[in-house]
Amino acid sequence: MVSSIITTFVHLVLMLGMPPLLLGVINKTKALFAGRVGPPLLQPYYDLARLMRKGMVFSTTTTWVFRLGPVVTLAAVLLAGLLVPLGPFAAPIRFGGDLILFAYLFGLARFFTTAAALDTGSAFEGMGAAREVTFACFSEPAIFLAFLVLAKLSGSISLTPMLRSPHTVPLMGLPVASLVLVAAGLFVVLLAENCRIPIDDPNTHLELTMIHEVMVLDHSGPLLGIVLYGAAVKLFVLSAVVLHVMLPARTGWAPADWGLFVVEMLGVAVAIGVVESAMARLQMRHVPTLLVAASLLCGLGFLLMLR
Amino acid sequence: MTTWWLVIAVAVVAFSGVPGLLMSRRSSVGQWVAAVLNVLGCAAGGAALINHYVRPERSTAIRLAWALPFGQFSCAVDDVGLIFLVPIFLISALGAVYGLSYWAQRRHVGNGRKLRLCWGLMTAGMAMVVLARDGVLFLMAWEIMALAAFFLVATEENKGEVREAAWVYLVATHVGTLCLFGFFALLRQATGAFELWPSLPASISPAVAAGLFVLGAVGFGIKAGVMPLHVWLPGAHANAPSHVSAVLSGVLLKTGVYGLVRVTALAPHPPAWWGATLLVAGTASAILGIAFAVGQRDLKRLLAYSSIENVGIIVLGVGLATLGRSLHRPDLVVLGLGGALLHVLNHSLFKPLLFMGAGGILHAAHTREIDLLGGLGKRMPRTFLPFVIGAVAICGLPPLNGFIGELLLYVGLLRAVATSSRAWAAVGLGAPALALVGALAVAGFVKLLGTVFAGAARSERAAHARDPAGSMLLPMWALAACCVLIGLVPVIAIGVLDRAVAGWAPIMGPAAGGIRSFVPVGWLTGMSVALFAAVGAGGLWLAGRRSRSTSRSAGTWDCGYARPTARMQYSGSSFSQMIVELLAWVLWPWRRRPRIEGIFAGPAEFESGVPDVVLDRSLMPAFDSAAWLLGWARVVQRGPIQVYLLYVLSILVLLLLFA
Repeated sequence: MVSSIITTFVHLVLMLGMPPLLLGVINKTKALFAGRVGPPLLQPYYDLARLMRKGMVFSTTTTWVFRLGPVVTLAAVLLAGLLVPLGPFAAPIRFGGDLILFAYLFGLARFFTTAAALDTGSAFEGMGAAREVTFACFSEPAIFLAFLVLAKLSGSISLTPMLRSPHTVPLMGLPVASLVLVAAGLFVVLLAENCRIPIDDPNTHLELTMIHEVMVLDHSGPLLGIVLYGAAVKLFVLSAVVLHVMLPARTGWAPADWGLFVVEMLGVAVAIGVVESAMARLQMRHVPTLLVAASLLCGLGFLLMLR
Repeated sequence: MTTWWLVIAVAVVAFSGVPGLLMSRRSSVGQWVAAVLNVLGCAAGGAALINHYVRPERSTAIRLAWALPFGQFSCAVDDVGLIFLVPIFLISALGAVYGLSYWAQRRHVGNGRKLRLCWGLMTAGMAMVVLARDGVLFLMAWEIMALAAFFLVATEENKGEVREAAWVYLVATHVGTLCLFGFFALLRQATGAFELWPSLPASISPAVAAGLFVLGAVGFGIKAGVMPLHVWLPGAHANAPSHVSAVLSGVLLKTGVYGLVRVTALAPHPPAWWGATLLVAGTASAILGIAFAVGQRDLKRLLAYSSIENVGIIVLGVGLATLGRSLHRPDLVVLGLGGALLHVLNHSLFKPLLFMGAGGILHAAHTREIDLLGGLGKRMPRTFLPFVIGAVAICGLPPLNGFIGELLLYVGLLRAVATSSRAWAAVGLGAPALALVGALAVAGFVKLLGTVFAGAARSERAAHARDPAGSMLLPMWALAACCVLIGLVPVIAIGVLDRAVAGWAPIMGPAAGGIRSFVPVGWLTGMSVALFAAVGAGGLWLAGRRSRSTSRSAGTWDCGYARPTARMQYSGSSFSQMIVELLAWVLWPWRRRPRIEGIFAGPAEFESGVPDVVLDRSLMPAFDSAAWLLGWARVVQRGPIQVYLLYVLSILVLLLLFA
């Protein structure tokens, strides 16, 4: 009982506090590759604090959907974060079928992000929204194909036992090939869902080629802060999911496991930074090919399970 | 007792349009009489259904002999029928209220009385289809329903487009009825009576059982609108008056689903291919239906294709449950049928809501073309909110009712993976397919909301649109409230569903333990409440920030353009262009590109669209070439009487020679 309260507390602290740090680590990694000093690790926190103090500008064409969009998105992503186990610890909320709620909360977030983008009437934001909903048609089936593998492996349909199954099942019984394929597929989905290179470039300044950044062009002040924070939480939650499939190390002693988890999460952030430094952004028309490949990797993983 | 009550209520509804016929075309009294009778009849029917739910032992069957050959007047109500009767009464009553201002008699002098007569008859026909326990009575009710629906679709018969859609519907529905004639004849052959719904004897030959399934699946599949039997659906839904579209989509399609649910229950242990066929057909229908919806430019056609998607999801659930019967898996039966029936109920709430919203838009802006609308969120705020609720619900997103229905199906599909042998684990591939459907649905409905309600008006008419009258808003708000209620407290629907599942598969019922043993309903309520609370708190905080700090209004930041115009907005067609191109191999879109020449090119027009592949690209060309081929037979039909005498003579000579 006490340990579960502590677990929940640490879960909440990490989920609420750590996401901007991941962005800072990614940016620092990219700066190192480019031979720059780069912004401080805590820069995303400073940015959020600054945005929260600012005023807001609303376009005259917008309605309540524009103002509520970021709020719904953040609420949905935070609730989804409560369903995911961090490291070896159980998620605060877990029940049979929670993986469906998890996936659909991201759907809800996408619905309101894109609806808010269209609410401004800007052609650029329309383009971003169109790309977002199109690419989701590939990444959502990929996520469910990966879940099928984990459901088959664990014999369960709740995220906590499913995601922990790669390290609770004895090593001999592990379908290593399937897990490797799923890990690769999910990593691509992670990059796509969080709009990183090679799918999208979070630092670009050419509106015609952006996805996520172009959808939030009109948000300002605290509203923009909520958008950026929500995106960071989404990165954190999906990274935590991907981490499970990558067979992380375990000690069995809670404080050490939490420490390991934090280090591993920073490792994922470094990996994203390396990918962003080493690759160029794909042409927009080639993105579907990459995402189909991710779905196929997860699908192949499932077929291997049925062998 | 309860059954009599229901039959009388149905008779009142059937009669509701008749007094109007006796009144002047110019007076509005007739429409009020019709609406009051309709609402009273439906309320009485609803009360009878509650009575049945509370005291099922009092719903004894009615059996009356009649003078016609075959069969008898035999009616009964059971728990499966209950789920289908609730939407029939609810949507018919709300639609009748909606029609008071949408199709007001003083503005539609020519066809208002006809519409109200057929409205009552169609409602009564649908209710009798569910109540009938005799094959002949069933077919009679089925035909009354189908013909009344034909006249309703053809309300504006002076328009060519409407006539064509109505004819396609009439032909399609009769192809379905033909299959049902075969189905009931075969059923009588197999069981020796016209009584419904029997359990097939164990001694029946597999060929007869297969014939029954195929005839039933095609006959009812046409009415339900399963791809590729959906040809009548988009045109009829788009061209009927909007409250008629609401009933067609929300309720009439479900009579086809009702038939499928009954057909799959015929065999106690159906062969596995029954369920597998329905599962595959439902999945294909869902994916293709929503893919076509995303490409549409017509507001109501988009909603119509989305109905094909939703029926596909329902059929997927029925298939899963049938497979569960074959494999002796109570969990698949409970979750598959429970999810399918809940989706029947849910779709009959949010789809009429959206069609009624579309009617309000049509009323205000006089166009169904999505790309000519825009900015209606500001002009029609009281239509906007229920429409957003309906759109979120139909995408199956939490915390609304659509999510609960899809969750049951997902849990069923995933359980098939987690706990099945290897071969049947492939059933789980339905889960990623449903995820694809969900993502496409978000694309389609964000396109709809974003183009119609968001941004700035793209036409003069849209710029001056206003919210419709209260009698049109009230039904929408009522349906939106139902969507939120089932999403927050799904437990109110679970009891009805559990009893329906137990009635459908009596062997599985008590052992299975109901939906609650597989899906934690309490957690869902908790999460929904948490989501509403978080959004509410965030919204309040934002409102507080907005009033305290410096917030101001300005034009949209359009990357440097000082004066962006409404025509520079992203249109609905551009929004869906990427998806349409990626799926061009199945959607077959057409486009008319202008040739742009010279340095100072003149004005040019570009047009694109997504036709119906089955109807416009296959059936219509096939019928056209058949008509052309048969045209050659006209060579013998020349006109002069001498030629025909020559034919008679030569035939006689031929007969003499061969005799």
